[in-house]
Amino acid sequence: MSEEPLFDPSLKKRKKKTVAFTEDPLGADADPTAPPPESIDGTTINGDPVDLGPTTAHERMKEEKDKPADDDFKAMFGDIKKKKKKKEIPMDFGEDSGTSTPATTAEPTTTAAATITPDDLDFSDIKKKKKSTKKKAAFDLEAFEKELNDSKSKSTTTTTTTSSSSGDGKGGAAEEDDDDGPEPDTTHLDHIDEAELGDDPFAHPGDAPVGVDAGNEAWLKSDRDYTYPELLTRFYASLHAANPALLSTSSRKRYTIAPPQLFREGNKKSIFANVTDICKKMHRQPEHVIQFLFAEMGTTGSVDGAGRLVIKGRFQQKQIENVLRRYMVEYVTCKTCKSPDTLLTKENRIFFMACESCGSRRSVNAIKSGFQAQVGKRSKNKTG
Amino acid sequence: MSVQNLNSYDPFADEGDPLGDAADVGSTSDYIHIRIQQRNGRKTLTTLQGLPKQYDSKKLLKAFKKEFACNGTLVDDEKMGQVIQLQGDQRAKISNFLSENGIEKSTIKVHGF
Repeated sequence: MSEEPLFDPSLKKRKKKTVAFTEDPLGADADPTAPPPESIDGTTINGDPVDLGPTTAHERMKEEKDKPADDDFKAMFGDIKKKKKKKEIPMDFGEDSGTSTPATTAEPTTTAAATITPDDLDFSDIKKKKKSTKKKAAFDLEAFEKELNDSKSKSTTTTTTTSSSSGDGKGGAAEEDDDDGPEPDTTHLDHIDEAELGDDPFAHPGDAPVGVDAGNEAWLKSDRDYTYPELLTRFYASLHAANPALLSTSSRKRYTIAPPQLFREGNKKSIFANVTDICKKMHRQPEHVIQFLFAEMGTTGSVDGAGRLVIKGRFQQKQIENVLRRYMVEYVTCKTCKSPDTLLTKENRIFFMACESCGSRRSVNAIKSGFQAQVGKRSKNKTG
Repeated sequence: MSVQNLNSYDPFADEGDPLGDAADVGSTSDYIHIRIQQRNGRKTLTTLQGLPKQYDSKKLLKAFKKEFACNGTLVDDEKMGQVIQLQGDQRAKISNFLSENGIEKSTIKVHGF
């Protein structure tokens, strides 16, 4: 008794009482309309998986509202509807994402894999996989990653079969000459690699290079055609073994800057001690940085003899850090490639930022301090 | 009889310095700037500058004062135009208020620490 209705859509009331963790947020919505007992039979006749139970009930509820009453339509767009509803319900995290979403996500991934298999091009295969990653990552990351692994292993096996059956595709060509084979593909590979490493740090590196030592893969001895992913990993393994410098650049070491050191001088002034160090690290003129700091914070100040910046007003390290971070976004990091390796030059009163790593060049906003309100005594202000 | 196509027009004529007449290339003139200024002690001042012309800053100020429960004033600056001044740090509130009332979030620039 307790096992069967655990996933039964129409018996949620009882479920709530008996088993706490099966409580479905959808159930709260479904209860008032009280789905008729036929729905139980309907779901069983449809042969829906037990996990999908609650969502089907919800669907039914919506059907009652809209009265499209079209079974084909429902069958076609059932998935989409479910997803939409999931978004609309705010309390959709706990149990539901654990049980029903994997089931719904399972279908698209498998269908995607199915559509891929006819294609002989392995590159498109990877692309599609990636797309599906991003789309579904929005819904449920954890559950999806499980799915992803499954589908990946599935699709790799399917591609294995297709490429071996198709014979002289890319695999055949690569088989003839192992070293030259992958080379024409490197441009594509670079794209994949960059996208996978750069865009989505959470993505599984799938067919991307992992620590596989080149030369002694198990499939080298086998007589079958090599698959694209296998050759790809082999290529990357040997590439990175040959020149480790590439590996470090692709993993992109983080750009770090020492935190600003802030001291209080007296009651109303702050001292920013390591301005010059930070400016040196950012490759920017201290004047430019200081100008930006003053404009952003709406204060004034001066540089003392030891190269420290004296700022009028009380500031904390966190605040300065925030402003510096904004400075970096605007004037240090390249907008195109996010590299902090840039040069700032002034031409015709306009600052240009040239990126050292990607070569892009753009003009940046001039620093403008906006309206300054009158603060303090008017008698101290010389102009007023 | 003149043929339009044969009019003397030199497509390669010098248009002048493209950056010459626009003194503020890449300027932030069309942004709404929200700034903060420190006063004595823990007190701060928030200024809103660059409000588009179609908005009545007087009415907006009234709404701000009511919404944020703070005092404020309208300052006429010869360079910056009308500037709304509010007491206290109202930056996040202002930017929320403006974006909720149909001002594009990307045109709002929040400055300060």
